[in-house]
Amino acid sequence: MRNHRDIKERIIKLFFSATSVTALVILVGIFLFLFITGIQAFGQITPAEFFLGSEWNPNAYEEPKWGILSLIIGTLMITIGALIMAIPVGLASAIYIAEIADSKTKEILKPVIEMIAGIPSVVLGLIGIVFLSPLIANFFGLNHGLNAFTSSAIVGIMVLPTIISISEDVLTSLPNEFREASLALGATKWQMIRMTLFPAALSGIAAAVMLGLGRAVGETMVVLMVAGNALAMPLSFFDPVRPMTANIAIEIKEVVKGSLHYETLFAIGFVLFIMTFIVNFISDIVIEKEMRKYKW
Amino acid sequence: MVTENKKQAIYFLFFKSAAFLSVLILLFVLLYIFEEGVGAININFLTNMWSHRDITQGGILQAIVGTLFLAAGVSIISIPVGVCTAIHLNEYAKDNQFNRIIKLAIRNLAGVPSVIYGIFGLAFFAIFLKLGGSLISASLTLGCMTLPWIITASEEALKAVPFSFREGSYALGATKWQTIKRNVLPHSFSGMLTGSILGISRAMGETAPIIMVGATFFISGLPSSPFDKFMALPYHLFILATQHSSPYARQYALSTALVLVVLIFALNFGVFLWRYKLRKKKKW
Repeated sequence: MRNHRDIKERIIKLFFSATSVTALVILVGIFLFLFITGIQAFGQITPAEFFLGSEWNPNAYEEPKWGILSLIIGTLMITIGALIMAIPVGLASAIYIAEIADSKTKEILKPVIEMIAGIPSVVLGLIGIVFLSPLIANFFGLNHGLNAFTSSAIVGIMVLPTIISISEDVLTSLPNEFREASLALGATKWQMIRMTLFPAALSGIAAAVMLGLGRAVGETMVVLMVAGNALAMPLSFFDPVRPMTANIAIEIKEVVKGSLHYETLFAIGFVLFIMTFIVNFISDIVIEKEMRKYKW
Repeated sequence: MVTENKKQAIYFLFFKSAAFLSVLILLFVLLYIFEEGVGAININFLTNMWSHRDITQGGILQAIVGTLFLAAGVSIISIPVGVCTAIHLNEYAKDNQFNRIIKLAIRNLAGVPSVIYGIFGLAFFAIFLKLGGSLISASLTLGCMTLPWIITASEEALKAVPFSFREGSYALGATKWQTIKRNVLPHSFSGMLTGSILGISRAMGETAPIIMVGATFFISGLPSSPFDKFMALPYHLFILATQHSSPYARQYALSTALVLVVLIFALNFGVFLWRYKLRKKKKW
């Protein structure tokens, strides 16, 4: 009887630990599929040609070009633009919610910010096309508003919730002694935030910004709809660009499986995967450490 | 001191406006979609099949049904795996190398861009497993993507059950599984369910992955098997917004967006009400 029950318990335990491996299997599976397919592209083109070539033209009749530099630059421009717009607003909101707002205001603001994260990116892309891009085209006197600047603004909105909620968590995790000590020395609330809380939370806030960066790099629908999709090397923020994610989404449906074009798209996917993996990995470790630092 | 106070007032005003900017953005997006999208919404639009020749004659029934089928498929795939993983991590797992790696994998999985899930789904489910572009490929692909969200939400629900519930059960001689089954799961069930619904509602708006694994702009009739291609609201509005030549395409894209947003926010609001009710009932 006793033994029978023990065996059953053990089987159940084993079942749960076995299912928990699924997540790891998926992550490793994604890595392997991208790597194995992507690496085959380098049988026919050199890494230098791929990473440093500024022209991407896989369907050229004479001599196809496989350089992803302009795609990488497109991704970087939109990411940097989005962060420039989202960091000030995000940090200010986080400080307001964590330190200044009363609990009722907090209870309204937090779910509202989460709801922004719940708007599908394709809907924000649509608003970018029908509302924001004509506005920006008019304002700056452009032919059309589908460019890096417009998509940066929308991607900036998309990364706001990440930056706000994690910075807020980091600020809230700081012990109250910090606040009390600072105020007791005669600091104003703003001096306390600026001189005591902000420095103490800095690495956590940096990690929150990095997580936002990871999301911006991987955003697909908004850039696919609003960035303009041009393959030429962008010269300004008002040029249309085509980031890596959009390039994969546009071309993957038309390619023949197993062709060089198919393999290069997986290679781009692999580059993207590694970029986001590193960014997420680092920010994850920092946040974990930060949240534990003041728990005693 | 006066200047310090003035400085503080100016900065705090900036912080406050920044925080309320988020509220404004959300309100603007919702009102804009409603205002611009409501025009073409009527009973025909919601219950008729899509008409290829004259888009003003048809509706988006296939896209609505496709998105609901997809949500059901994703739920069937990712909720059981997600909940079981959460039970392992919160109830059984010791702090060892194996479990740390699992946790790390889950967190990193949550950061993988959706387009990567798309090409993975294409290469693995559609081509390698020969499932083709189909509802089942798309459900599996989005199932992988939602898994980390569902695990995190379920873990939260399990953590919310006080430890004394478990101790009381052990003290009466119950085994670990008996404790989980009778004292932990009943109290975390609704938390896990609501968290999962939120994850699934996010998956319903995903577009990039399903472009690659079976979403299509037009099928005649509803999908009759999991191996059929399917229409979906986000993909439908994407094509209408970017690639359709009809002069009404913009209007219909906005109306489709409204239907999608209402669907997603209705689920979110339902979860919000449910949780509010639960919190009131809780006595610990």
